Amino acid sequence: MAEKNISVRHDYLRHDKKFPHVWCPGCGNGIIMGSLIRAIDKLGLQKDELVLASGIGCSGRMAVYIDFNTLHTTHGRALTFATGIKLANPALTVITVMGDGDATAIGGNHFIHAARRNIELTAIIINNQIYGMTGGQYSPTTPYGSFASTAAWGHIEHPFPIAELAVTAGASYVARGTVYHAAMLDDLLAGGIAKKGFSVIEVMSNCHTHYGRRNQMGDPVTMMRYFKEHGIPVDRAAKMPAEEMSGKFTIGVLADVDKPNYTEEYQKIRERSQRE
Amino acid sequence: MSDKVGQRRLLQGNEAIVEGALAAGCRFFAGYPITPASEIAEMMSHRLPAVNGTFIQMEDEIAGMGAIIGASLAGVKSLTATSGPGFSLIQENFGFACAAEVPCVVVNVMRGGPSTGLPTSPAQGDVMQARWGTHGDHPVIVLAVSTVNDCFAITVHAFNLAEKYRVPVIVLSDEIVAHTRETVVLPDPANVMVIDRIRPSVPPEWYIPYEDNSRGVPAMADLGSGYRHHVTGLVHDVRGFPTERPEEVDAFMRRLFRKITNGFYEIQMTRSIMMEDAEIAVIAYGAVSRSALRAVRMARDHGIKVGLLHLITLFPFPKKAVDAVLRQCRRVLVPEMNMGQLIREVKRVNFSSEVLRHNRVDGQFITPDEIYNHLLSM
Repeated sequence: MAEKNISVRHDYLRHDKKFPHVWCPGCGNGIIMGSLIRAIDKLGLQKDELVLASGIGCSGRMAVYIDFNTLHTTHGRALTFATGIKLANPALTVITVMGDGDATAIGGNHFIHAARRNIELTAIIINNQIYGMTGGQYSPTTPYGSFASTAAWGHIEHPFPIAELAVTAGASYVARGTVYHAAMLDDLLAGGIAKKGFSVIEVMSNCHTHYGRRNQMGDPVTMMRYFKEHGIPVDRAAKMPAEEMSGKFTIGVLADVDKPNYTEEYQKIRERSQRE
Repeated sequence: MSDKVGQRRLLQGNEAIVEGALAAGCRFFAGYPITPASEIAEMMSHRLPAVNGTFIQMEDEIAGMGAIIGASLAGVKSLTATSGPGFSLIQENFGFACAAEVPCVVVNVMRGGPSTGLPTSPAQGDVMQARWGTHGDHPVIVLAVSTVNDCFAITVHAFNLAEKYRVPVIVLSDEIVAHTRETVVLPDPANVMVIDRIRPSVPPEWYIPYEDNSRGVPAMADLGSGYRHHVTGLVHDVRGFPTERPEEVDAFMRRLFRKITNGFYEIQMTRSIMMEDAEIAVIAYGAVSRSALRAVRMARDHGIKVGLLHLITLFPFPKKAVDAVLRQCRRVLVPEMNMGQLIREVKRVNFSSEVLRHNRVDGQFITPDEIYNHLLSM
């Protein structure tokens, strides 16, 4: 089993040119990249028909390492570029990877509108609750009361629940996973990529370097343990009393609905305009 | 539309831009509503699906610019159109198109500014923003339209230059040109010269996406065409991957400029009118060039030897043509609907003539009489 995984990884990575990567030892980004590759492999998609568009931040570098058609866009704008690509060539499978600050602060408007529009894109949002690359400033998902390099006296804002935001904004498929629950993440990513509509997979990930160290979780293992203990599968969470869920978050598929997607609808517009 | 070929049509400038874009092969539009540019989006939403193109109204102009870059990377010629406030918003991703060399066209129908300014009044206040609006050192092609006919022809030129040089091209219009209706006869699209980007012909494994060549313009592969590569706004090496190595950064920056410099002969477009024996010249662009032309004719009727240099290309600044005018004429007038922007470029190439400004910033058009009276006083 382990051997198979290694051979799969090599097939999808630009391993001869772009390694070692820039991520810190123990960073969750590598687990997510591995999970994405396994999901792609499972779905049997070809590298030439895949586009990976990333934003800016640590997650942005994933587009450099994976051997698809790749695009490293501007901060927060990956979904806008991806929208143009998908509409120009609907045959392509277009995936975006963003961080929490990237997708829900500077790119928050694009995020909710892509969900509302229901365009067939997959948004992987790596939520490490901090701006990692720029040095640990607080992000829209930094918890109330925690510490960041720009929240030296404790954070007084309240975090976005990204997956719930996506559900409300109208995404067809919404899931949340963690880097601890890697096997589950493979399935969540595959489910999102296969979905005909806008899909969002929020992945709780560890930035022990910038978030963990300031919040008594200064190593990857401690953070992994946190995800293990605080990530509650949705079906189990539904049966738990609210006070028991306090401070925890649900993992699994939060929404999976079928509704008309943009590229299919637009094709109908074309046909209508050409009949008249 | 083919059934209207050769017919006289009454079009406004914004409509002619749509016709020009479609004739040039544009099949994707993304943008956000804004006065006085909205008609372009409205007409594109109507026309594009009928030619298997795509229109999308995005959540803001930042997104509109991102989407047209994405569409162009996937191989489809693309356009966005906006005005002042939106032009400020597109600058971020415009810079990406400069860095990653993504052909596309941005129309900015200028209105009064700064900020929300004068939404339904004309101005020429965005000239320097068009040149330097996005951060960092970069060359840019900026064309200005002055008539409805121009709107068609120059939009075609804009697409052709974008494709040939792999750059985003800015078309500056203004509220006057955008909303003026004129009778035009559009050419048969079959007779319009259309240039498409050069796509790679080598096998995919030989493709080096940003490899230099004599023109300095690398072949561009559509996303999904089998030529997998990386596109980034970071400074990159010839393979498209980020680099900080000084020799690679230097080569990247210099090639971006060199490819435009190599094309000055065809990029820098001007019209000389009654310049042969002129002792005084007017240098004008956009809608103001029309008032200037009328004023020059009036002055000629009164025996004043005056000519007009009408600038179609504002950047790269047509130094050669302007230099010739400045050598010939002792006095030059530069009327602009701003406090003096392009006049700075004129003065920069000048060394002996008197370069005079004529500015209007009250949201009103500069009239022929104003320019004529100014010429009389020169």
